[in-house]
Amino acid sequence: MKHTFKITYLIISLLAGALQVNAAEKIDLLKTDWTFKGLFGKFDRGSLQRGYQVYTEVCASCHSMKYVSYRNLFEPGGPEFTEDQAKAIAASFEVTDGPNSDGEMFVRPAKLSDKFVMPFANVKAAQAANGGAYPPDMSVLAKARSGGVDYIYSVLLGYEDPPSGVILEDGVYYNKYMYGNNIKMSEPLSDGLVEYSDGTTASKEQMAKDVTTFLMWAAEPHLESRHKMGFKAILYLIILTILVYFSMKKIWSRIESEV
Amino acid sequence: MSDHEYVPSSKFGKWFNDRLPLLSLASHLTDYPTPKNLNYWWTFGGILTFCLITQIVTGLTLAMHYIAHADLAFESVEHIMRDVNYGWLIRYIHANGASMFFLAVYIHIFRSLFYGSYKSPREIIWIIGIIIYLLMMAAAFMGYVLPWGQMSFWGATVITNLFSAIPLVGEGIVNWLWGGYSVDNPTLTRFFTLHYLIPFLILGLVVLHIWALHIPGNNNPVGIDVKKPSKDTVPFHPYIVIKDAFALLMFTIVFAFFVFYSPNILGHADNYIEANPMVTPAHIVPEWYLLPFYAILRSVPDKLMGVVAMLSAILILAALPWLDTSKIRSAVFRPLYKQFYWILLVDVLVLGYVGAMPAEGLYLLIARVATAYYFIHFLIILPVLGFKEKTIPLPLSITEPVLGGFPMASVVKKKEGLN
Repeated sequence: MKHTFKITYLIISLLAGALQVNAAEKIDLLKTDWTFKGLFGKFDRGSLQRGYQVYTEVCASCHSMKYVSYRNLFEPGGPEFTEDQAKAIAASFEVTDGPNSDGEMFVRPAKLSDKFVMPFANVKAAQAANGGAYPPDMSVLAKARSGGVDYIYSVLLGYEDPPSGVILEDGVYYNKYMYGNNIKMSEPLSDGLVEYSDGTTASKEQMAKDVTTFLMWAAEPHLESRHKMGFKAILYLIILTILVYFSMKKIWSRIESEV
Repeated sequence: MSDHEYVPSSKFGKWFNDRLPLLSLASHLTDYPTPKNLNYWWTFGGILTFCLITQIVTGLTLAMHYIAHADLAFESVEHIMRDVNYGWLIRYIHANGASMFFLAVYIHIFRSLFYGSYKSPREIIWIIGIIIYLLMMAAAFMGYVLPWGQMSFWGATVITNLFSAIPLVGEGIVNWLWGGYSVDNPTLTRFFTLHYLIPFLILGLVVLHIWALHIPGNNNPVGIDVKKPSKDTVPFHPYIVIKDAFALLMFTIVFAFFVFYSPNILGHADNYIEANPMVTPAHIVPEWYLLPFYAILRSVPDKLMGVVAMLSAILILAALPWLDTSKIRSAVFRPLYKQFYWILLVDVLVLGYVGAMPAEGLYLLIARVATAYYFIHFLIILPVLGFKEKTIPLPLSITEPVLGGFPMASVVKKKEGLN
């Protein structure tokens, strides 16, 4: 048994060692309690809906979300707006479609099947409008940064005056948690910036939490069904393993010596 | 093989079996006499077969939805994750399956090292295994390129650039591999093609691996030859089948935990950023299972020699049956080898750790010492040990070890933590 433990321990430490690569050089991120973590983690519907509001009123003027469709907004496991609400949201955006039978492109209101309309026509246009920095697409952003949601939450709340001696260029801001501490996005959130329709107080922390929750859902829209299925699958496997264990004991008992 | 001659009972069975002896093969596989003292470290062969089949099945399904084009690959992966029914499940099984596959193969290899399974008469099984391992690394590397994220792109750039170290023709070879002057669409399409091909090559080699195994039969924890069939063996079915099934299920629980609860923990966050040739990531790190070799590569200051060292580190394994001069297989009876075995294991883990760290300062020093030790183990310690080591007397058989004065096999088993 000793060696079994030894080997298992060593393998786990190898994996852990490999994982520490990213963690090693970061300062401690701000923590908040995410409802979607853990074995039974689920999104907080209210938080998702508020998060969508923050995204669309604050972030979406610069950040695209090109892999998410309007229909996702009413699908189970997401913000779960009603279908009519999602339709109304879609219709408030315009998309260029075509060519029609005359060979002309035309503008029409977005439909549920459309992807989120992008704020800029392309990356170059986005850069030109943002001092050369490309505001990253937010579809998978929550998975595309080490530290994930904690990192995004921290960056949103990590703006502060630069330490003395640090001189920033024009259009660059100091952020405690940003990699390299320099960020080209000005502080996006301030208390009361949006007015939540459900009456929640729109504090900076609340908005940061809501929009980050929304980003997690956007990056991982099937998170809830994954957690649900995972619990069932692992429970099933454990029961089957126990049954097979006793079958094995029974079969091997035919041999004189023990297994 | 010592199987009895199999005669089908039905007339049709006889007719068919005379023309294509599939029934004889099935009979051989079920009756295959297996040493009864095999421990759980021997279940990883079956687990690896499961991993290969899982990768092929999920891979085929992904290929139905994936688009191998530099402009569309990243988007098609997101399409799989969002809109394909259970696409997220299939992709996460495939991505984590690669890690599970390597976890299992490392245990399988280190089991072989501990019990001397590579020694005569099993050298061919071992060498086929090393070829499979090499192909696995190639398949895994190319698979990691397919999502066309930042790590895909830059990992591909770094690894293919290694070939430029070859004198005179290096640059030409790299351009030939790329199909252009940088990693781009032609690189992606050929990697996809090869990634699709290699698993089937592996499958063929697995058949040869098992075929070659069935000639001498399994090694065992005591490492002595067993008479087949005899009191020392059990038929493969049901005894080994049920034991393999139990171990496999335990393995799938770990597997499922990764897939359902931390599907991205073994990957790198940067790979969720679409490939951008204009932006280099801060650290380019390969997947965890390649880190020891990455550390060896970076520990040598010269690029060409680094590549040579890295390749040698793998190829040296193929020469292992001849580098290890000891006639005794199992480390149980080799007190000194056993010590060096654990040191080697720690050495490889250390290499993996420093492979993930920046190649500078203390990390670089550790990487160099560990690399040197890796080669010393195989090139100096193992050959010398075979002549110098005072081994423990072997038992006569795995069930009747009495005459040699060595403890009972059951004691050996307990000591090794077999059950």
